Amino acid sequence: MPPLRRALGVASLCACLSMPMAAARETGEPAGRLNSIAPDFTRIDMSGRPLRLDQFRGRVVLLNFWATWCGPCIEEIPVFSRWQRRYGEARLQVIGVSMDDEEAAVKRFLAKHDVPYPVLMGDAKLGKSFGGVYGLPQSFLIDAHGRIVFRNVGDLNLEALRLQIEGVIKIH
Amino acid sequence: MKLLINTIMLASCIGTAWTVGAVAAGAVKIPASSIPAENLVQPASLAATLQANSGPRPIILHVGFRKLFDEAHIVAAEYVGEADESEGLAALRERVAKLPKDSAILIYCGCCPWNKCPNMGAAFSALQALGFTNVKALYIAKDFGTDWVDKGYPVSTGG
Repeated sequence: MPPLRRALGVASLCACLSMPMAAARETGEPAGRLNSIAPDFTRIDMSGRPLRLDQFRGRVVLLNFWATWCGPCIEEIPVFSRWQRRYGEARLQVIGVSMDDEEAAVKRFLAKHDVPYPVLMGDAKLGKSFGGVYGLPQSFLIDAHGRIVFRNVGDLNLEALRLQIEGVIKIH
Repeated sequence: MKLLINTIMLASCIGTAWTVGAVAAGAVKIPASSIPAENLVQPASLAATLQANSGPRPIILHVGFRKLFDEAHIVAAEYVGEADESEGLAALRERVAKLPKDSAILIYCGCCPWNKCPNMGAAFSALQALGFTNVKALYIAKDFGTDWVDKGYPVSTGG
């Protein structure tokens, strides 16, 4: 490849990689808000494995804040489980963040339900880093660049989200 | 006739006692929609009261979940606990035990959409059963973030 074309190629790649970050800065949105870069975090999941959000760059992440006491949350989990199975190979990764006060309640729930994606315990700090998780359920769709492209609080239009996931998966 | 009236009264007493006991044990789910409309307070109204810095304020009790309270809560609110659980109800009873029955008490949660909140109905029923006559419930239609924080109403953070 001629040196000029190679230089232009590298420059375009750099520009593409920096776009999501630039977009987030331009919107002026605080962390955790739509179009901002999802704040990275590291937690040990309920199976004892360390999980870092940024390790999923390149995949589309559905980050779902939920709790065992939250009726609407429990209704969503079988759907998210189905999506994980259906779209996992297409680079969808669902991550559950429980806002339960007691870890034991989450362990009991997971023992009874087949949840095929990692679940970890959240806390006020993690909620705040996502702009405040003051009510449940709450879900964030994060694209392959780590940018939050969808946020929903409360009852979710699951079909609309599924279509959006399919759209984001196709783009990336 | 007298026997009939006595039977009805006895059945009524047993029913009330069962309800109170079951609520205490957290066995019965009482929907927030069971709270009468005249006992509901709109967020804008409470925010105006808090921002006025004058006049009497109710005792504001959070009957929801610790992590959500720690993220943000109404200024001057006290954490009591999940009224859907027996521990939370016990904490609520303990908090109000020494209060006069006509104390102005406002309870709120905001964990979930109003019609799906597991705590508000239970907390309201418990306070009514204890004989409190001036209990109000903050009507949070969607969740605390949407109906309070995002509107710029006063909040505190931390436990």
